[in-house]
Order: sequence, then structure tokens, then C-alpha cells
Amino acid sequence: MNFEQSDDRRMLSETLRRYLADSYEISHRNAVAYDAPFHDPTKWAELTELGLFYALVSEDRGGMGGHGFDIVTVFEELGRALCPEPVLGQLMAASLLTDADPLMAGTRYTLAIGESDAPYDLQDITTSCVNGRLTGRKSVVYGAPAAEILLVAARQNGKIALFEMPAENAEITGYGMIDGGPAGEVFFDDTPATLLLEDAENALQNAMDRGALALCAEALGAMEVVQDTLVDYLTTRKQFGQPLGAFQALQHRAIDVAIEIEQARSIVILAASADGTEAFAKRAAQAKHLVGKIARLVAEEAIQMHGGIGITWEYPLSHYAKRLVMIDHQLGDTDWHLERLMKGLAGGS
Amino acid sequence: MDLSFSPQELAFQAEVRAFISKALPKDIAARVADGSGPTRDDMHNWHAILNDKGWLGGTWPAAHGGCDWGPIKLHIFEEESALANAPRIVPFGLKMLAPVLMKFGSAAQQSELLPRILDGRDWWCQGYSEPGAGSDLASLKTRAERDGDHYIVNGQKTWTTYGQYANRIFCLVRTRSDGKPQAGISFLLIDLDTPGVEMRPIRLIEGGFEVNEVFFTDVRVPVANLVGAENDGWTIAKYLLGHERTNIAGTGFSVQALAQIKALARTVKRNGKPLIENPLFAARLAETEAELEAMKITNLRMLSKAAAGGQLGAEPSMLKIKGTVIRQSLNDLARRALGPAAAPFPSEDLDNLAITPPNHSHNAADYFNNRKISIYGGSNEIQRNILAKGMMTR
Repeated sequence: MNFEQSDDRRMLSETLRRYLADSYEISHRNAVAYDAPFHDPTKWAELTELGLFYALVSEDRGGMGGHGFDIVTVFEELGRALCPEPVLGQLMAASLLTDADPLMAGTRYTLAIGESDAPYDLQDITTSCVNGRLTGRKSVVYGAPAAEILLVAARQNGKIALFEMPAENAEITGYGMIDGGPAGEVFFDDTPATLLLEDAENALQNAMDRGALALCAEALGAMEVVQDTLVDYLTTRKQFGQPLGAFQALQHRAIDVAIEIEQARSIVILAASADGTEAFAKRAAQAKHLVGKIARLVAEEAIQMHGGIGITWEYPLSHYAKRLVMIDHQLGDTDWHLERLMKGLAGGS
Repeated sequence: MDLSFSPQELAFQAEVRAFISKALPKDIAARVADGSGPTRDDMHNWHAILNDKGWLGGTWPAAHGGCDWGPIKLHIFEEESALANAPRIVPFGLKMLAPVLMKFGSAAQQSELLPRILDGRDWWCQGYSEPGAGSDLASLKTRAERDGDHYIVNGQKTWTTYGQYANRIFCLVRTRSDGKPQAGISFLLIDLDTPGVEMRPIRLIEGGFEVNEVFFTDVRVPVANLVGAENDGWTIAKYLLGHERTNIAGTGFSVQALAQIKALARTVKRNGKPLIENPLFAARLAETEAELEAMKITNLRMLSKAAAGGQLGAEPSMLKIKGTVIRQSLNDLARRALGPAAAPFPSEDLDNLAITPPNHSHNAADYFNNRKISIYGGSNEIQRNILAKGMMTR
């Protein structure tokens, strides 16, 4: 048994952490994340230079990673820095594309899957394709206004198929998210698209599960920072003549938070290790379910133990807390994944 | 045992309901319902409408222009207001300073200031918390030093709600620094346009502006603005906080929020079905509703005791804790019900995209903003300390 990361991944993580600490500090992050275009194209170019996207693509397609542990390595660091760059779309596209060269070279990909009445579930998608043309609307598509290429899930001949198109072919209304970063509404009206995969449901679900793993790792990175912030605050802030951390009522809650973060770390490791195996869907669902609950607890408890300062825009914790809570609104929330697990139980798994 | 209101109380409830439905401007109710308001003018205008009716100072004694409402009538009024999406009455002048002036103020202060609170000429804000004195209020440091017939005030207050709309502030200041921290505190009224006062907005987590920092640099305040005796401010502060804690459960807000979530969960879909049919979501909703029904009765039991002249001890602390936790659970459900649609930063530009059903584009913002309710007015941790002290002292 060995829970150490490989040297390659450790180097990647150190490089990324140093880069993000130097050039994506929280003041810069907040300046770009809440104003159009809701990310920083210059930094995207620098991340491309660093070779970040090679880490998301498997070696047989010219990349240098693409395994669950590579995903975790990258997204944990993005989470620590609260980085609003739309890397998630890049990751999900990486597992669906045969030719990943443009992706590794920095072309921005976004997956347009969820719809207003089908926020998480592929079965209920109504966007349709007839004669190579798409009609429908995708709602709250993360990264949409920054996208150069869209990968779209749509119904064709009764199956969920996957299409590709230049983003400029669709009508996209972009906006910022409450926790920062770009998203948008994507409208198709008899819009030409190229078919990538005729029967794409399994491949798409796998890409979404890899995305869910990435979000869990992002949350883990953010929770590590929140925990450090909380311990700093509890040991320095004084009320009633002593540090807050001297009050047992708060000590116990801070420890509960720490225990839950270790649980999150463990389920992320377990899910990453299952990437590429039969068990991956179940592990990803377990991770996203658990991390959704834990991230919310950590956000709420950290705010409460900070008091008023925790809900000010000025104090970085508030932005971490928002991201931690809103991650649960992406790619299936804690209940949605719990239902998947319940169905699995009923089915005997 | 009879859980229902008396015929007189029911008649009052009907009267309040009828009045609000007629008098509350639709656009104001709409801004309260969709979370985009109320604006400063909405609050000001609603106060004026209530004042014309004579209900603005409902709990004030008739001698000061009020209606002598007891706790039950106040509860009915506040619940009906919340259900109708009326703006909450801004409490600082009407419910916090006014009772203090009536009990501790001079005749001159009462006759000058109380009418100005009712008719809206004065918008008061509160200067209690400081950066180093939150839960531990008695450690406040803002100083007021006597200089002839003036005090010279230096220091900083924070979390001053609606300070940007106010023209006056009531402050706790330190007039003596020896002895117990509580002993040297005084209650002082300050005009915000006095030279040396600076108000700076604090932006909150969801992006809005409602609280401020207030800086005082050599601010000259007439000694006549002292309420009560010098160094007797802690008694006044405790009295004021006692008033802040009535109707602390916020049941009206929760009842209204629950109804909205039920309607929302019938509209939005999950896995091809209305969310209300989803067993996990329905379970959470049903659990919260049971909690709310119980808390409504707890609230009425305590109101009933107070109305019968009983002394409420630490009970309001229970209502503060339970009431805020339930409201936050409802905010949480309202956010979750939307799925990804909760995530866009609310803005008028987005309204025509109809990403969420009407009145729900602020659900996530409300969830984040309402983390404050378990922090302000004495955090839930402080409330537990109060309760424990009451329980463990024999």
C-alpha cells in the first residue's frame, strides 16, 4: 500500500501551485471572475504554455496523463486558488475527443449537456438533431461564453448523440456565476453540427463522472484553504479575553470539520483509483454525493465560526464558501448522486 | 387547551390582512417577493403608509402615538406582513431606540425625537459592534471624552445596517476605562452629518450593500445627546437587546418561504418528474415543515406567556436559534430546488432569459446573505451561552 503520489504528479502539483499562487492570487481572481468575460484569457494562455491540458489527455492520444489521479492533481490546485478558468469543459472534452491536439494546444472546449428541465440527467434531454441540424436550448452551460468549440448532447433517432460545432454557430448569452466564472444560455435554431458519436450516452456519462471527480478534487483543494483560514482565525481572534479556539464548543466543531475533510480526501482518492474500471460510476457518485454534503458543511461552519467577517466580499473565505456550496449545483447534486447509488443498491450492486 | 386565536385576535388578523392587501403597493411587494428589494424608497414609503394608518408604532404606548399592541397583536401584524411580502419594518428607530427613549430618555428627547421616528424625518442606525467587539460587546473601544458641554468621540463601529440611508446613529461609547468593562459605557446619539463622521459601505458575500463601517474622528457631540446617565449605557444596551429579541423567530418569513418552495418544487423537474415527487427532496421538505409547525407553537406558547404578563427569561434565545436554523434550511432547499439554475449571478439583464421560474433568481443569493441571521443580534453560540447559563445556575 502506498498513498504517495508519483514524482510526475507531485511536480505537476508543485508547478501549478506555484504558478497559481504567483499569478492568480485572490485579488486578481475576484477582479476577473465577476466581470466579463469572467475569466482571464491571458492566464488561460499561460496555463496552456505550462502544459496543463496535456495532463488531462491519455498517452495514447499524445497527452501525458488523463488518469483519475491526474485529474485530482490538477483540480485540487485549481480549487486551492479558486481559479475560475473553464478547465472543466476541457477535461470532459478530453475523454470524448479522438483528436485531442487542439485541446492540448489551448483551444477552449465546452460541453453543453444540461437543460432547464433536465439539469443533470441525460435521459430527459430534449434538444434534438434532424438532418445534421440542432434545435433546442442548453441552460447554465459552464464556460459557454468563453468556448471556441461546443460539444453538444442531443437526441437523434431516439438516442443521445454527441455533436461538435464552432461556438460561434450557436447563439450564446453569457453571464457570470454567483461564485465567479463564466456560464451561459446556448440556443440552437436549425444550427448545423458535426456528429461525433451516434450512441453517446455511456461515453457522456463517463465524461460527466470524470467531471464530477474533478469537481470533488476542486472542492477538496478549496476546503484545505478554508480549514487553514479557519484555524488561523480561531487561534488569533480574541473575544472575552481569549482566542476563539480556547472555547470547547468551537474546538469540537472545528475538529468535526477537519474529520469531514479527511473523509472527502479519502473518497476522492478512492474514486480516482477506480477511473477506467467497472466501479468508476459508483465511486464517482459516492464521491460527488459525499463531497457535496461535506463542502456545504465546511462552508457553513467556517462562516459561522468566523462571524460577520465571513460573509464580507472583502474576506476571501466568502468566495471559497460560495464555490464550495455551488459545486453541488454542477453535474448532479448530493441528492441526485444518492439516488443513483440507491438505484444501484436496488439493482444488487 | 385552545390553540386558536381569540375572536378579537382573529378580527384583528382579518383587519390587518385586508389593510395590507389594499394598501401595500404592488411593485413594492413584487420587489420583496423576487428578492431584488425592498429599496430605500420602498421601506420609506411603506413606513409612511403604516404611519398614516397609525400602525407604524403599533407596540408603542398610545401616549406616544402608538396602539399599545401586545405581543400577540405584534405577532399577527408581522406574520401577515411577511405573508403579503411587505417590507420588514426597519427596527433601529421604531423598535430599538424608541423603547429606550421612552424608558431612559429625557422629556425633551422624547418629545423631539419620537415624532421624527414615526414620520420618517429621522432614519436611525445602530452603532454597537466594533471590529474587536462583536459577540464580546463589552470590550468596545470607541471613546467619548468630555470637553465642556460636548463629548469628543473617536473610534469605529461596524455592521451598521442601512447606515447609508440613515441620518442619525445611536452608539455605545466608552466614557470611562477603569473598573469592569461594562461599567464605563454610555449611550450616545450622534448626527451623521457632524464633521469627522465617515460611513464606508461593506459589500457582502452575495454582492449586495446593506451594512457599513462608521469611523469617528474627533466628532463633537453635545452632552444633551446622552441618553440616561453617563456610564449607565450597559443597562440601556441590555434593555434594547431585549426588545430586539421579540418576534425573533421570524415565523412569517418561514411560512412564506415554505409556501414558495412547495410551489417551486411543483414547477421544476428532476429526472423527468416534478421535484416535489422526488422522495429525497420531498423528505427534506416534509421534515422542515414539521420543524416549522412545532416552532410556530413554541413561539405562540412564549408569546402567550408574555401576553399574560409572564417574565420571559432565556426563552427568546431558543426561538432565535430554532427560528434562524429553520429559515436557513428553507433558504437551502430553495437554492437546491433550482439545480444549476441557482448559479447565475442575479441581474436584471438575466430576467428576460427566465433561467429560473419568476421570483426565484435570488435563491442562492438569499441563501448566502442569510448566513447572517445566525450571526447577528447575538450569534447562535452566544444564545446557547445565555441558555446554558440559565439552565446550569441554581
